Amino acid sequence: MSDLEAFRAEIRAWIEANCPAEMRAPVQGEDDVCWGGRNFVFKNAAQKAWLDACVAKGYTVADWPKAYGGAGLTAPEAKIWREECARAGARPPLSSFGIWMLGPALLKFGTEEQKVHYLGQIARGEVRWCQGYSEPGSGSDLVSLQTFGEDKGDHWVVNGQKIWTSYADKADWIFCLVRTDKANTYQGISFLLFDMTTPGVTTKPIKLISGSSPFCETFFDNVVVPKAQIVGQLNRGWDVAKYLLGHEREMISGAGDGGQTSAIGSVLKRNGLDDPMLRAELAQFDIDALSFAAMGEKFLDEIKVGKAHPAQPNMMKYAGTELNKRRHELLMTAGGSTALEWDSEETRGGAPSRAWLRTKANSIEGGTSEVMLNVVAKRILELPGA
Amino acid sequence: MPLYYTEDQAMLADSVTGFMADEGGIKKQLRHWRDIGCKDGFGHALWKQFAEMGLTGMLAAEEDGGLAMGHVEAGIVLAEIGRNLTPSPFLTTAVMGVTALSGASADLRGRWLPGVIAGESVLAVAVDEGAKHRPERIACRAERAGNGFRLTGKKDFVVQGASADALIVAARTSGSDSDADGVTLFAVPRDAAGITHHSVRLVDSAMASHVTLDGVELDGDCVIGDVDGGRALLGKVLSAGRIGAAAEQTGVAAGAFGMTTTYLKTRKQFGKLIGEFQALQHRAAHLYSEIEIAEAVVLKAQQLLDGGSERAELMVSAAKAKAARVCNLAVREGVQMHGGVGMTDEYDIGLYMKRERALTEFMGDANYHAERVAQLSGY
Ligand SMILES: Cc1cc2nc3c(=O)[nH]c(=O)nc-3n(C[C@H](O)[C@H](O)[C@H](O)COP(=O)(O)OP(=O)(O)OC[C@H]3O[C@@H](n4cnc5c(N)ncnc54)[C@H](O)[C@@H]3O)c2cc1C
Ligand SMILES: Cc1cc2nc3c(=O)[nH]c(=O)nc-3n(C[C@H](O)[C@H](O)[C@H](O)COP(=O)(O)OP(=O)(O)OC[C@H]3O[C@@H](n4cnc5c(N)ncnc54)[C@H](O)[C@@H]3O)c2cc1C
Repeated sequence: MSDLEAFRAEIRAWIEANCPAEMRAPVQGEDDVCWGGRNFVFKNAAQKAWLDACVAKGYTVADWPKAYGGAGLTAPEAKIWREECARAGARPPLSSFGIWMLGPALLKFGTEEQKVHYLGQIARGEVRWCQGYSEPGSGSDLVSLQTFGEDKGDHWVVNGQKIWTSYADKADWIFCLVRTDKANTYQGISFLLFDMTTPGVTTKPIKLISGSSPFCETFFDNVVVPKAQIVGQLNRGWDVAKYLLGHEREMISGAGDGGQTSAIGSVLKRNGLDDPMLRAELAQFDIDALSFAAMGEKFLDEIKVGKAHPAQPNMMKYAGTELNKRRHELLMTAGGSTALEWDSEETRGGAPSRAWLRTKANSIEGGTSEVMLNVVAKRILELPGA
Repeated sequence: MPLYYTEDQAMLADSVTGFMADEGGIKKQLRHWRDIGCKDGFGHALWKQFAEMGLTGMLAAEEDGGLAMGHVEAGIVLAEIGRNLTPSPFLTTAVMGVTALSGASADLRGRWLPGVIAGESVLAVAVDEGAKHRPERIACRAERAGNGFRLTGKKDFVVQGASADALIVAARTSGSDSDADGVTLFAVPRDAAGITHHSVRLVDSAMASHVTLDGVELDGDCVIGDVDGGRALLGKVLSAGRIGAAAEQTGVAAGAFGMTTTYLKTRKQFGKLIGEFQALQHRAAHLYSEIEIAEAVVLKAQQLLDGGSERAELMVSAAKAKAARVCNLAVREGVQMHGGVGMTDEYDIGLYMKRERALTEFMGDANYHAERVAQLSGY
């Protein structure tokens, strides 16, 4: 048996022994996810047991170094971990903006001290993070952001407003883009970290079309941020921000997710398949879903060895989110009038329609589809004036 | 296994890319043979060069003098054939024909494979019986006659049929037309009495024939594999052809796309390069994304096929359908973005459009494979 085969057997047995049955059922919406954080309330004992078991082994962030709370897996080992979790239907033990976004940025730009401190907290699910990028006047044109940090010697005083801050009301800390030089557009932004309980931080939830309010307006009124809480250099936060966006886009794309974008024809055994036109549409969708799953696998393999184009996450995000939107349109069609029910028990409180509406944000959050196409045109195709 | 080329495969891709750009280019091959009205539709000298490069025997077993490579490697060659629109018997001969013969007796392999590997012979595959690919139904009959068989029936869309030294024919030895069992594969030599080729030039200037088998008498040793048990081997031949055509389509798509983005960077209108217009930028970026995805699913299917995975069939059909749709989009966008010159014979972009059509039809179009994806997925 090769080392990797032995590793696979070991992982398979470990998942078998440690992943509770409840954690092998698909996640039912955002409030069924284990987000971690100071105030997180576990849904059940199984959710906590699965997290604890994974934290102990570093499997919440399997490919991070052991020193920062990971399991230090190599690329092929991490792939085996993902494949075996998918095989067992095991949910991610922990999901968070810390894992998907801030973690990779800290691994690249953080000081050793920051890595040990913040990454460890993220890996153990102790601190929940939110992302303070967008502002009312700065969405796609993010670099025009106005939230300002005034230099006060050993700290900054931050004033301004963010918007669409996902889970700002539930998060413990925020990673935030703050203008620290008004004279420079790109080279006048710093990447700051601060506690959401700092005096002067307030949040106001915004209700989505799906009926839930996972995101907020976030206000900063003379918020004091110590100088040690900057990632990267002063006025060079845009580099950190862009790097992080690559990881955010990779995550939203659903690459390697295996669920979000998976083929659906075979799961719709009963509904709608007596309709030959819908069946045909499902088959077309499944072709695209199977193809995108291969793309996700290829992308993740390539990125690990530096073969992927640095702007490829933009392409992945575009393709993955457009696919996921189509998937939910088809699920709604196949569900018929049942899928329209908004709060019935049969639909677990309107899960199909709420999920369908939620997917519409996929091609907006983290950079819109149009912006993704702009980036591909410019950075990959090198088209003029893009 | 990671979903990118191994070092050996990357080296092969490098050398094939260079070789094909030098020798297989549009002017040197496609336009040349087309413009002189070549009866074969391809050049034998290039086929010989393929042999010198070791490409003709890629899929043949080592004991037969081949290199025992897989569909990933064959796909590398096919993508370059696609990118250069090279007329070549590679797919029907070195991929499908050799796959068929892999199920043949040592005698039969010894009869045909040396010529193929030397770049001296060409094979063609006779499966379709009608304008659409419906291999589930095989009406062409092979009846026992003396020591051998007598073949009667019609075959269509036999690409390079008239130039082939042997035809791989799927015929029915028992049962009714739509039975899965009762199919047998034959290697029919070109000079067998009773074969007529009605040879036609296709839109992409490849040659194909309508073949009539009128009581063609064959020795028993022309049978490939087991009598009545040819369905599984035929399945392998079809899979090889499908994933091969899909690989070629990704090459066609990439070739058309490269030509188009170059044009977007050179053509000026309204005082600007047309590539500055966002309407075109977004379509080009979408197309890039689709081509990347098609290449990924083709590679995935090739790996699964080479690894003997039970998911291979499903992924081959997904890949063939996806590659067909993406390649079709690439050539349509290509011609459109070229404006008026895209409609001229002088520009190459229209040639990509023609090849795309032929490849999509070959071994089942996108709808055929969508139906197959549905069936293999259980719905
Ligand atoms: C569910 C959800 C969660 C979010 N979570 C967060 C979060 O946690 N933190 C955070 O900071 N932000 C978050 N966002 C904000 C998100 O990043 C922005 O909504 C996004 O960047 C778009 O900005 P905008 O909403 O201002 O739209 P606009 O930029 O005003 O765009 C409006 C339309 O114009 C198009 N457009 C804009 N510019 C161009 C162009 N140059 N070319 C072509 N078309 C263009 C866009 O594609 C879009 O269709 C979230 C958004 C959603 C929907
Ligand atoms: C079969 C045929 C017959 C014809 N007959 C005649 C005739 O009898 N008399 C005559 O005078 N002309 C004729 N034409 C010419 C025809 O009108 C032009 O081809 C057409 O106007 C496009 O111009 P172009 O070919 O220079 O393409 P271009 O203008 O170079 O366009 C190339 C591509 O860029 C796109 N593009 C250009 N500008 C923009 C923009 N601002 N925004 C977004 N996209 C843009 C175009 O849509 C196209 O996809 C004929 C053309 C054809 C193909």
